[in-house]
Order: sequence, then structure tokens, then C-alpha cells
Amino acid sequence: MARYVGRRLLELVPVAFGVLLVVFIISHLTPADPVLVILGEHASPATVERLRAELRLNDPLPVQFVRYVGGVLHGDLGRSIKQNERVTVQLATRFPATFELTIAAMLIASAVGILTGVVAAARQNSWFDAVSMFAALVGFSMPIFWLGIMLILLFAWYLGWVPISGRLDYTIELTRLTNFYLLDALLTRNWAALGNAARHLILPAVTLSTVPLAIIARMTRSSLLEVLRQDYVRTARAKGLAERIVVMRHALKNAFIPVVTVIGLNVGSLLGGAILTETIFAWPGMGRLVVDAIFARDYPVVQGTVLVIALLFVVVNLLVDLSYAYLDPRIRYG
Amino acid sequence: MGNHAASLARPVEIRIAPGFYADTWRRLRRSPGAMVGLAIVGLFGTLAVLAPLVAPANPITQDLNARLLPPSWGHWLGTDDLGRDLLSRIIYGGRTSLTVGVVSISLALVVGALLGLLAGFYRGWADSVTMRTMDIMLAFPATLLAIFIVGIRGPSLNNAMLAIGVINIPIFARIVRGSVLRVRQEDFVEGARALGASQIRILGRHVLPNALAPIIVQATLGIGSAVLEAAGLSFLGLGAQAPTPEWGTMLTNTREFLRDAPWAATFPGIAILLTVVGFNLLGDGLRDALDPRLRQ
Amino acid sequence: MNLNQRVARLAWPVIIVVVSFMLAPTASVGAPMSSSWDAKACGRVGGTLVFAQGDDPDGLDPHEVTDGFSVNNVSNVFDTLVRFTADSTQVEPSLAESWTVSADNLVWTFKLRKGVKFHDGTPFNAEAVKFNFERQTVEKHPYHPRAVGYADFTFQNVKSVDVVDEYTVRWNLSAPYAPFITNQAMFATGIVSPTAVKQYGQDFFKHPVGTGPFKFVEWIQKDHVTYEANRDYFAGRPCVDRLIIRTIPDNTVRLLEMERGTVHIIIGVNPPDYDRIRRNAELVLFTGAGLNTGYVSMNTEVAPFSDRRVRQAINYAIDRSSLVNAFYGGVGIPAKNPLPPTIWGYADKVQAYEYSVDKAKKLLAEAGFANGLTTELWWPNRARPYLTQPQKIAEALQAQLGLAGIQAKLVTYDWGTYLSKLRNGEDPMAIIGWIGDNGDPDNFLYALLDKDNAVRGKAQNYAFYKSDAVHRLLIQAQRVGDQATRAQLYEQAQEIIHRDAPWAPLVHASRVSAYRKDAQNYLYHPLEITWLHRVWLSK
Repeated sequence: MARYVGRRLLELVPVAFGVLLVVFIISHLTPADPVLVILGEHASPATVERLRAELRLNDPLPVQFVRYVGGVLHGDLGRSIKQNERVTVQLATRFPATFELTIAAMLIASAVGILTGVVAAARQNSWFDAVSMFAALVGFSMPIFWLGIMLILLFAWYLGWVPISGRLDYTIELTRLTNFYLLDALLTRNWAALGNAARHLILPAVTLSTVPLAIIARMTRSSLLEVLRQDYVRTARAKGLAERIVVMRHALKNAFIPVVTVIGLNVGSLLGGAILTETIFAWPGMGRLVVDAIFARDYPVVQGTVLVIALLFVVVNLLVDLSYAYLDPRIRYG
Repeated sequence: MGNHAASLARPVEIRIAPGFYADTWRRLRRSPGAMVGLAIVGLFGTLAVLAPLVAPANPITQDLNARLLPPSWGHWLGTDDLGRDLLSRIIYGGRTSLTVGVVSISLALVVGALLGLLAGFYRGWADSVTMRTMDIMLAFPATLLAIFIVGIRGPSLNNAMLAIGVINIPIFARIVRGSVLRVRQEDFVEGARALGASQIRILGRHVLPNALAPIIVQATLGIGSAVLEAAGLSFLGLGAQAPTPEWGTMLTNTREFLRDAPWAATFPGIAILLTVVGFNLLGDGLRDALDPRLRQ
Repeated sequence: MNLNQRVARLAWPVIIVVVSFMLAPTASVGAPMSSSWDAKACGRVGGTLVFAQGDDPDGLDPHEVTDGFSVNNVSNVFDTLVRFTADSTQVEPSLAESWTVSADNLVWTFKLRKGVKFHDGTPFNAEAVKFNFERQTVEKHPYHPRAVGYADFTFQNVKSVDVVDEYTVRWNLSAPYAPFITNQAMFATGIVSPTAVKQYGQDFFKHPVGTGPFKFVEWIQKDHVTYEANRDYFAGRPCVDRLIIRTIPDNTVRLLEMERGTVHIIIGVNPPDYDRIRRNAELVLFTGAGLNTGYVSMNTEVAPFSDRRVRQAINYAIDRSSLVNAFYGGVGIPAKNPLPPTIWGYADKVQAYEYSVDKAKKLLAEAGFANGLTTELWWPNRARPYLTQPQKIAEALQAQLGLAGIQAKLVTYDWGTYLSKLRNGEDPMAIIGWIGDNGDPDNFLYALLDKDNAVRGKAQNYAFYKSDAVHRLLIQAQRVGDQATRAQLYEQAQEIIHRDAPWAPLVHASRVSAYRKDAQNYLYHPLEITWLHRVWLSK
């Protein structure tokens, strides 16, 4: 087990290197110049040239790349060109915002999706099955930014149940230890902040959860139906066990393997959906950070963010693989 | 947006037998969902192809005196903020959106299938290098990669198609490689090889046709997702460029009127929704129709 | 909003100044409308004021930033030696109580206000002014910021600064330069605390310390910046106790927040929402004449736009009023001149090219394009104050030109790329605009239409319009002192420009903002900067 995890973690290295190389090459294919973007129109050509030299943007690309990778190996992702701040500092504040949103969305998607899928499978061809699966299809097909604005209009603006945008009311004091607001509120026993942050989280998390929710519901249903057709389930039924026990005890655990795989694979698409969700809900996360950085040609920020996202994706999928062993005892990692 | 299609697609195992496609079609016709999907896709496809004949008005002719009119006999779906007929724009917009879907997925399919074929058939280092590259690409969130490509190359429809195509390559590469690995163990391929058939011939005559079914399913689902991806890029200003009508751009550009002229933003949204639902119903139906385990 | 375009490149040798303007310490001459900040009283003290805009500041160091979102922040934290009055581009005393200028216009002496303290408790004095100047202009200065975008402009022709005594500074200029005094009111010359700069070093941009009405508390990036009232502010404490500047990217969502009462003041309003705000009894739509011009620049060096008749035809082909109604919520002014009418010297006698497809076609036929012509229309992929909805305006222009037989393909790039391509003259015809900063016609006409500024690669004269007659008038106007004479010269120049038609001026957009009724005393400044210390909350 430990050796397997070790080997998989080692595989991160070439993936990370490949990601960096690709991002680096594509970034520098562009003719646009980050220095022009930050200095504006009235800086003299001499000033522009001086800043370019200071940022060492005139070095040959391979030299820049080697220098960058060297920094990364020492945990240094460089400084943002636009804000002259360490990329690691920016990520430390932004990443938790996105991650908190993503986790919340995934929890909603998993809980509701699995429940819906199980019920739909247990009552195959019932009206619930038909309606929920069609709803899943619609949820999957909905442009996410459209849905987000609709939800804001209805639940936040018209009904006033939840805040419209943002992550925490400015009236609420919160000591930011980890920048995971819910966690910070818990750690400091700040119940006002906990409630407020949770209320802010609901709408964006629901918006972001629709696509994975739809996928998980459909996957759970079909996977469960498949398992229910298998021999050992038939045996269990033949033994006269109640259908509920058959489903819960025998079928569900096995049916989870493809579901968990899908959850893992969707972390990537969730982070992507987060870009649109964050823009609509004024959520101060990594999605907006990286999009702004792409437009400003802020190379270090783009590279740092993509690297973190890619590594996260790989780690999550490692965890998914490990969970197989739990779900199906026949699978062993040696 | 995201790896929708990849995640929705269950692994498909198919064996081609004589009369297979006729059988498949028979099964497909028995599935109401698939038929609804086919009808939707067929309808939008036909409208797109025949757009100049069926659209009631020119989609880019403006009338600044007829802005944001509600649906009426003159304009069945109302007008947008430049006074253009929404129905005509949706019909022409389907042309653009479906083109984005078809072209980008074709690109992904051709490149992905080629890579998958080579990786699966030759194995060894070619396989390792190709599939590790695919892993790296999959490690990117698809949306981010698309934004990245279009953001750097500049906003245009071609770049949007390129970006959506690129992010779908690894999905096809994986599917095809999987099929190839399975098929190349089969007796008839071993037999062909024993008879001295060339590699190319084996690939072309035996391996490729057998990998076709899952590709068809994935492509169908993928086109739906590509339409959504394009809409998301449009939201960020990276999609089709004015004045080309495209559903995502139409939706984005009219969303500020959501409260005053809801139809202007709603109809393009429904067009996207219906199309994606249609492709998914069809894709699901195709998968079931092609799935041998249901053949009992 | 980005200030990149606010300031002209003023690469000239000499200016003779408007004497009356300089000698009056309160500078109210010629500006009957101007009202001092001191005249604005707080009806009530206390409360938290929330202002929301579309993006985060790039930073909070006035010497570094160039974007409008940052400017709205730093303007409330830092003071300048002189300041713009509450509703005009005239200047009045601020950190400097008074100033004099030598007879040769080369030496400016400022008497500084006594007893002013930075937010960190250290005193403001002449040494601090000198430190601020050198921090920006001396490259080897230990605290020189990495990127200084404005100093070349704001301290143009300034050789050195002397500390005469603790509260007197003397600026030595190498050549007379009229805008010097106005530039000392610009945000970029905000006075920062030398002690804090030394303490925070590279991180000063997120620990701003000035003398202004608001003290920095915290900045949650991409979310909000919190300030608290500086109760010791020399001009009287701000009316509210706390100020929150929020970042809400989506225009619709920002308005929804204000409708719910969670935000008091917003900038960035979709024109379709103007009526909704007007109908809402709790909200006010603020509109005021703008200091900007949106225009189509035609590249006079390439065919077919090298032909004046084609350029005039384009002018006839555009229906400006319908653009204003459709895309500016009806609150802009159709443009006929490069100068906005808010600036003296505006040539009102110029007869606008009326909307006439026939005249356009006739001119095109004369120029040899009886069957129409094919070209490109470039547009910037970013909303600007003078270009509220760029894509739609581009589409509408394309359609209007099409009626006259001009088939224009739409081309766009991201903002940075767009500007550099325009500067290189790579476009045949491009939509662009300008926001003035000091209310001087020179800031528009010389910067944008003089042949001096038509140098490929760094041109602001994107039309590459090179008229010797215009050049002579503009240079003469820089050298005479009398405003009435200058105004005449500028009017003559505008008539020539009108005839030559290097541009098709489109619109002077109004400045638009919206606020809740309980936010009293709010005024969106003509420079499109938001100063908030005199705003008070009635509940």
C-alpha cells in the first residue's frame, strides 16, 4: 500500500513537469507583453525596456524556463508581474476559497446525486425514475452562468433567503487562519461568521453542483442496476432477504466504484466551472485569479495556478484509486 | 462546461457481427428517448442547413427602432437589443453552434483516434509517451485549458473550435486505445496476422471498424458538450465574434435584459438546453442499442 | 476602467501658462460652477458606507497604479499638494496651503500645511514631499517602485525639488510647463508616508499609509478593502466611520446588491438598467456630462482612407443619435468635434456631418467606389466609459456602414494587444476613445491629432493625421497665455480637422453612477474618480 502510494506520488513529477512545460510554451507564444499591460500608455520606451530587463523577460526562453523550474523545486513560484506579490501568497488566499466552494459543491452533488440514483434504480421505470433522470439531463445541459443568475434572482434578490454575492459580510469579523472560512470560524468558535459564511456558500455551491450532480445520479442509477443483475445479488434475493437490505448491504458498495471514479474525474471540471461561478457570485477564488492573469499575461501566476490545479487533480484521483480497495476487497494495491 | 461527455460515457463493449448496424437501428427505434433525441438533433440540424430558406428574416439586419420587442406575429420569438429577429438568429445561431460542435469534435476524433490507434496497436514506448501526454492534458481542467488557448491566441470562432477540439482529444485517444487493446487479442485479428496481412491492413480492416461504435457514442455526447463549452467561452468574451449569431454569445449579450426582456435571454438558453439534451438522449440511446449485454 | 488613456503624451519643449489661473491660489477663476470640498458638510456622522465596482485594485500604492479601480481606492487614502474641487477640474489647496510661481515660470514655491500627520503618526513636511518626488523619479532610489507609470508625465520638466524649510518646498523646472500645477492634484502624485515605505518596502502596495480621510484596515483580495475614518483628517473627519470598497464583477449582480440595500453606491451600470433605477424610489441614477470622446479613427496613410472623401462618407453614414439612444441609455451627446463640449475651446460653430446615406454614397462614388468598398472595422474587446457596450456598438456601426455600401469586417483583440497594434498603425479603421484629465484642450487635440504624435510604434494619433496647418495652430496655442486667444486657435484647428475628417467622432458619453437615496452628498467627479469622505448616511 505505502509503496503503491509512493510510486503514484512519484508519477506526479513528470506530470508536473509536463504541465509546466506546456503552459510555459503556450504562454510565451503570444506577442503581447505583460510590461505594457502594467505600465500603461505614457511610460517612455526606456522605462518599458528597464522593467523588461528587471523582470528578466529578455533572457532566452530555455533560460527562463530552467530558472523557473529551479525556483519551483525550492518552493518558489515567483512573483506576480501585475501585483509584485509572491504567487504562493496569492494562491494561499485564493485557493482555499475555490477549494471550499468545490468541496461544498461536491458534497451536495454526491449526497443528492447518490440518493436520487439509488431511489431511481430501486424503483426502475417508476415516475420518480423518469422525472429525476430527465431533471438530471436538464441540469447537465444547462449553461452554468445562466443558472447562476436565475438562482440569484429567485432566492437572493426576490426571496431574500441568502446573500446575493460575496463570501462573507464585511460586518462580520473573522480571524483568517487558513482562509477556509468555515474552518476558520469553527476554529475560533465564531458562530456568527460560521452561519454567515455558510449562507454565502449555498447558492454558488448549488450552481456549481448541478453538472456533477446530474452525472452522479445517472451513474449511480445505471451502475446499481448493473450490479443488481449480477449473480450474488440474485442469490441474496433468492435467500429471501428484503429488497432494501439487498440494495443497501450488498449492491450499493459495489456500485460505488464507477461513481467514485466519476467524482474524482469531475474535480477537474468543477474547478473549470468554478471560473464562471466565481465571476457571477463575486467569489474571490482561484478561477478569477487565473483568468485575470491570462488576460494580463501574468505568466508566473498562470503557471503557478495551473500547476496547483493539475497536482490537485492527480492527487484526488489517487485518493479515488485508493478508495477502490475499500469498496471492493478484491482490489489490492501492492 | 468540463469533461461532461467523458464522465457521462460508460465504458462500452461491443462486438461487430454481420447485420450489426441494422440490428442497432432496430433497437434504437424502440427507445423513445433516443427517438426524441434524434428528432431534436434532426430538427436543429435541418434548420441549420436550411437556414436561409426557413429563417423569416435576415439574422444580422438591425432595426434600432424595434429593440427588445416581445414575441408577436411579426417576430415569433421577439427581437434582441439591436432589433434583430430572434427566431432568425436562433436558426442561424444553430448553424454556428452546431458547426462548433461538429468541427471541434471531428478534430478531437481524428487526432484522438489516430493517437489511440497507434498507442494501442504498437504498445511499447509509443504507447507510454502518448498516454502520459494524454494524462497531462486530462490533468488540466478542460475549461481552463480552453480559456488558456483562446485567451492566448485571441478570441475567434476558429480558436474556440480549436480549443474545444484539443481538450477532447485525450477522451477519444483513451477510448480508441482501449478498444484496440481488446480487439487485437481477438481470434480474427490473430488470424489475419497469421495470414500475413500488413499492419496497416489489420488496422484499417479489422481494428478500426470494431472501435467505431464507442467512438460514435462518444462523438454524439461530445457534440452536445462542445455546444456548452462554446457557450461558456462566449460568456468570457472568447467565443464567436460579432455579428455572427451563436447561441452562447446571444445568451451572454442579452443576459443584462433578463429582467426587462426575459425572452431575449431565455430563447437562446432554451436552444442550447434542447440541443444538449437531444444529443445526450441520442447518445444514451445509441449506447444502449450498441450494448451487447442488452441483446438477450 | 483603465487610466492608460487618461493622460496624453506631452512631448513638447515649452508652454507659456495661463497667468491668471496660476496666480490665484484658490484657482476658482473661470469656473463659476466649481465648489470646494470644504463647502460640503456632513448631515450626520457615523455608519458604514459601501461602494462597489467591477474589479479589484491592482495595488494601493499611488505611485504604481494605472487602473481606475485602484485610483478609486488610493484617492481616498492619499492627499496631493493641491486637489481638484468637488465638481470640476479646477484645483484648490490641499496639503499645500498656497503657492507662488516665479516670473520666468520656472520656480514654483509651495507653502505646506502645518500639523498634518500621516496615518502612522509621523509628520508630513517638506522632507516627505522631497522623498515622494525622488522615490518616483530617481531610478536608483532604494524605495523606487518596480513600475512607475505616471511620473514621466506628472513631473515633466521638473529638474529638482528643494527643501527650503520644514514647511516650504521649491520645485525647479527646466522649462515652463502650465499643467504642472494641475498634475500636482492627480492621484499619481499622492503623498505617501516615507516611514511606512521604509517599513513595508516591496509590500507597501498592500499597506498604504497616507494623510487622507480614510485609513487602510484590510484588503481581502478580489472581495473588498476596508477603511476606517481618519478622525484627525486636516480637512475635518469623513462623515462615515467605515468605508468598504467591494469588488463585484458582474454589472447585474452589483445592481441587485444595491437594490437589496447591501451596497450604497455603484459604478458600472448597464444602460438597459437606467430606467429601472430611475423607477426605483430608493435609488438615484447619477448622470453628468463626460470629459471623453468615443470615435472611429481612420488610418489616413492607407487606402481607401487616404482619400478625404471616403473619410467624409463614413462620417455621413453614421447615425449617431440612434447609437446614443440604443447603447448609452440616451444620456450621451452625439459628437461632432474631437473635444467634448465640457472643455473650453469647443468649436460649437462646426456644422456636424448629418446622417445621410445618400451623401455618403455620392462621396464614395466620387472617390471611385460607386459599387461600395470592403474594409475592416476594429473594436476593443473591453468596455470603456466612452464605449459602454463595445461589441454591440461595433455591430451597429457595421450595419450602418453597410447601408452606405461599406462592407466592414469586425476585428478585435484584447485591450493590451489592441492598443499596441493601433500605435503601430496596423488597423484601417478602429473604434477608440479618450478621457481627459486636466480639462485642457491640448490634452485632446495635441495629444491625439498633432503630427508630433503620429510616430509609428508609439503614436497616440492613431489616424496618423499629419496636418501642418493644425500643427501650427496647436503649437501657437501652447505658447500664448491668454485663454480666450487659445480658445480661438483651438476652434480654428477643429474646423480644419472637421473638414479633413481623420475621425468620425461618435459620442461624448455621460459619466454614470447610481446610489441609494440614503447616501447623501454623493457626486461622481467629472474625472470619473470617486471621492467619498464627504458622503454621509441618512440612516
